[in-house]
Amino acid sequence: MSTPAAPGERPGRIDAVEVRHPWRWVSVAVIAVLVLMLAHLLVTNPAFDWSFTLEAMNQSTVIRGFLIGTLLTTVLSMTVGILGGVLLAVLRLSENRVLSSVSWVFTWFFRGVPRYVLLGFTGSLGALFGTGLSIGVPFDFLFSSWFGTPELRAFTIGQQSVYDLLGSTIVGGIVGLGLSEAAYMAEIARAGILSVDRGQHEAAEALGMSRTLAMRRVVLPQAMRVIVPPTGNEVIAMLKDTSLLVAIPVTVELFYQLGQIGQQTYQVVATNMAAILYYLIATSILMVGQYFLERRFGRGFGTSTAARPAAAGVSLGAGGAK
Amino acid sequence: MSEPLVRAVNVSKSFGHVEVLKGIDLEVDAGEVVCLLGPSGSGKTTFLRCINHLERIDGGRIWVDGDLIGLAERGGRLHRLPDKQIAEQRRDIGMVFQRFNLFPHMTALENVVEAPVKVRGEKRAAAEQRALALLERVGLGDRTGNYPSQLSGGQQQRVAIARALAMQPKLMLFDEPTSALDPELVGEVLAVMRELAADGTTMIVVTHEVAFAREVADQVVFMDAGVVVERGRPDDVLGNPKHERTRTFLARMRTGEQTTSAPPAAG
Repeated sequence: MSTPAAPGERPGRIDAVEVRHPWRWVSVAVIAVLVLMLAHLLVTNPAFDWSFTLEAMNQSTVIRGFLIGTLLTTVLSMTVGILGGVLLAVLRLSENRVLSSVSWVFTWFFRGVPRYVLLGFTGSLGALFGTGLSIGVPFDFLFSSWFGTPELRAFTIGQQSVYDLLGSTIVGGIVGLGLSEAAYMAEIARAGILSVDRGQHEAAEALGMSRTLAMRRVVLPQAMRVIVPPTGNEVIAMLKDTSLLVAIPVTVELFYQLGQIGQQTYQVVATNMAAILYYLIATSILMVGQYFLERRFGRGFGTSTAARPAAAGVSLGAGGAK
Repeated sequence: MSEPLVRAVNVSKSFGHVEVLKGIDLEVDAGEVVCLLGPSGSGKTTFLRCINHLERIDGGRIWVDGDLIGLAERGGRLHRLPDKQIAEQRRDIGMVFQRFNLFPHMTALENVVEAPVKVRGEKRAAAEQRALALLERVGLGDRTGNYPSQLSGGQQQRVAIARALAMQPKLMLFDEPTSALDPELVGEVLAVMRELAADGTTMIVVTHEVAFAREVADQVVFMDAGVVVERGRPDDVLGNPKHERTRTFLARMRTGEQTTSAPPAAG
């Protein structure tokens, strides 16, 4: 064993007893008991009919609901949401007061209305446009009635019912989720754009770039570093929010289909378990994708490289802490 | 005498109620190097930024190679130019910033290639070849694949110079290009600038490097409080200043150069 150094001798290697943590072992024991209890519950309680859960997950209507109502709807709604959100953010930062107000009002409306309620509304657009939609001259019916020919329309093409146009109720769902998402993405994109140092705009403009080109080539790629992490969270939230499509209702959807099976068989715990497993599998895959995206847009900011001089003029942005 | 490359007449500019430029005149001939000196807050950086319209001027006129910057005269009235035409005017004016402002998500080579390809529409292969030559010229031929975060301040500033040169500008503006650098890195950037000057590049340099100005400049302009106090050949302005304000400033720069514990000068 090591002993205190003798007088006149220089102290050498330290061979000391580490601090003991007995409470860590107690907590391990407590948690182990709780985990065992949970496992016991899952295995022995007859309400968890696992073979039925698997059977429910394997129904073709459920798989179809997962692929179309959950996955496809997530992809399409997020596409609408991201494109709309970036557009709204650019409008919001515009010097044109009218454009920035439009963006503000849009965000105000779609952030203020709960998604469930909003979906009920966008799902019933067919009732709003009972006679269908067409492309033509705005308010031409006013002029037509003044001239005594109320049926006359100028250059009207493609009058058709909203149901024909939308194909199915799921489009109402995608529109509702997408527009609602755009309002949230607008704030995320705005924070990302504002996180890019003003010097970057100036350097781009000094090279003769137009504002649009500077935005596309210089500002947005850097803003992505701040935008991607919260957007990943939004995708995961969107995947879960597709279960709100029952508000319309959309029948080609995972949770609706599993709910139907649950109601018919009274195996509600098993069908809910099936839904939980589906959502967990999908969100886990998304989290892996998010990791690779964040790595891609972190180029030039890597931690593996030499420490970045503070004078480099690139602010790391408040959003980086998310 | 032929027309000067840069002609600024009675340029004025205010930020809110603060008048930062009060009637600046400047003429720069092609191939000439002009150094703008003066205490901070004197308006020299603002004036430089007016030349490529990063700041919009309130009065006076600036011509670069005969083009009126930011304005057009039509039907006896002046019209502000739209963004697109201002962008076109900037293509021929290179600028180097105090804080480099390299694009951090692009490698050194991509930084230099970006504007020729995306703004001038050059072929990528040709632009890359010229970019490599430019990076070689600023001494970074072996760092073309590095991101700005992997380069020292001095290296970043040299990439920034190459990036500006890639647009083959008629005029180069330098806004305190060495002020954000560690002292031991200042020399490498000044060496590149010295070489540019020797090659006949027209340069307007805002700087605190009095020694550089004395050695390289054809014309030194000393500014204070938004006006030009004194201008002329470097030997006259720096060696034998006529104005009290110039003398005070130069004395302060000298003490600053010799000792780091120089007491702040009165006033």
